[in-house]
Amino acid sequence: MFPRPIEQTSRSTQIMYKVALPIALFIWLFPLLGVALTSLRPASDLAQGNYFGMPSSIAFENYADVFRNSAIGQYILNSFKLTIPVVIGVVALSTMTGFALGIYKFRGCMAVFFIFVAGNFVPFQILMVPVRDMTVNLGLINTTAGLGLFHIAFQTGFCTLFMRNFIKGLPFELIEAARVEGVSEIKIFWYIVVPLMRPAIAALSVLVFTFIWNEYFWATVLTTSASIQPVTAGLNSLNGQYVAQWQLVSAGSIIAALPPVLMFFLMQKHFIAGLTMGAVK
Amino acid sequence: MSAYWKTNQRRLAPWLFLAPGMIMFAVYVIIPIFQSMWLSFYDWDGLGAKTWIGTANYVELFDDEAFTKSLKNNVLWLVLFMLAVPIGLFMAIFLNQTVRGIRIYKSLFFFPFVISQVVVGLIFSWFYAPNFGLLYQVIEFFTGTGIAVLADEDYVNYGIIAAGLWPQIAYVMILYLTGLNNVAADQIEAARLDGAKGWKMLWYVIIPQLRPATFIAVVVTVIGALRSFDLVSVMTTGGPYGSSRVLSYYMYEQALSEYGYRMGYGAAIAVVLFAIMMIFISGFIWKMWRDETER
Repeated sequence: MFPRPIEQTSRSTQIMYKVALPIALFIWLFPLLGVALTSLRPASDLAQGNYFGMPSSIAFENYADVFRNSAIGQYILNSFKLTIPVVIGVVALSTMTGFALGIYKFRGCMAVFFIFVAGNFVPFQILMVPVRDMTVNLGLINTTAGLGLFHIAFQTGFCTLFMRNFIKGLPFELIEAARVEGVSEIKIFWYIVVPLMRPAIAALSVLVFTFIWNEYFWATVLTTSASIQPVTAGLNSLNGQYVAQWQLVSAGSIIAALPPVLMFFLMQKHFIAGLTMGAVK
Repeated sequence: MSAYWKTNQRRLAPWLFLAPGMIMFAVYVIIPIFQSMWLSFYDWDGLGAKTWIGTANYVELFDDEAFTKSLKNNVLWLVLFMLAVPIGLFMAIFLNQTVRGIRIYKSLFFFPFVISQVVVGLIFSWFYAPNFGLLYQVIEFFTGTGIAVLADEDYVNYGIIAAGLWPQIAYVMILYLTGLNNVAADQIEAARLDGAKGWKMLWYVIIPQLRPATFIAVVVTVIGALRSFDLVSVMTTGGPYGSSRVLSYYMYEQALSEYGYRMGYGAAIAVVLFAIMMIFISGFIWKMWRDETER
């Protein structure tokens, strides 16, 4: 193990390490803690210039205020309406593409695979004008469907890479045995491969949920009204609306960040497995 | 029909499974790339007729100071974003221990990556805010006069890049933590017996074994640097006086914001950004291709 395990070092080093850990964490998360604290500060504190001292009281009403006086409840609902179908769509498409590219050897197999991989790296701006134009022509501009369809298509790139690499790691003998038994390819996919892919599907679902929930650029390009916009775009317009009302902006930020944060802490193992895929060989 | 399927299914099945994903990806990603390239030779307001103007959009880019400034800022982003790789590595080394509670520490250090860039932008705007922002006050305490980072042409880019580095370092750290977990223990023991430790151990034994993690860390950091749109949009909208624009944001401004609907000109900017990205993408793909065909 590198570095040398702290247990093998001197007593004083061990104590220093245990003291340094919380201090380092405090510094690292400092901006976030500041915002969390601000979100609980009554407006009167901010008006009197009490930004950093103890709040005169804990103001949970900031959170109630944000819900009462802004569309944040609607934005959050919009985000769920967008994110959940996208996760389902992406997982469905990429399980199939990953299966095709991981199991079969055919002409053009590598070329198709690398188009998915390369497409996943392009800057969004080169897609912006044509995709927006197409969405307008389909009558889907400023709809959840229009934004969701794009996300499903784009995320398929990364997810195909992920699924294909996972399927490559499955025992191929299983599939060959099934073929010898005369099981059709579609049944192999559904009854043999899909059940084995549950960990990959879980990891991808958590990742895609977070990516889409946090996505901002396409939300501003393809949606405009508060009844459709997801919470990232909504939060930005809230920021314009609440100039200098930092306690409300902070409360809104914390609310918007909550779903992916909960997802991360509940599904941590899957989340990290998904993100670090390929970091070891 | 079913007889044909029975004999040929091994040949047909892959295309059947690929079709939905491939069609979606082609329609929304691959074809638009070429449409944008084509569009960059036109003058178009997004509604009326398109007029062919040849390379006029690209010629205009040369004399466009806002474009040059954005391009320079993109280079600055790329260079400074690379700091995420060594910093992330050192944080991973710092946290790669087995003391009690370390798992919670690791997740909390990773935390910034889970939050949306919009929220990160707001958090740092608060941190930098003039008069009451924490950084402003700290600077004021030490030097007597505070600096409003986001309103200052000299500092604004560094301010935004620092905000971008925060989640990026967290991501790199988690990649390296996974990598460190898989470093061969026997090699470390052998090196220890030979008297290697500290920096030498890190440089000659550990880092070579972390190469897959380093590759992914560099890939995601380059992509992250060139995609920098959200933070600029949330923190400064390109200001003050356009000094924090990057290509991705300038393109959006030209094509879609209140500054005008110059779709062709925007497309030309996007093509330049794409060309820069292509240099890196082809490098990544070349390496991945080599790894795939070697096995």
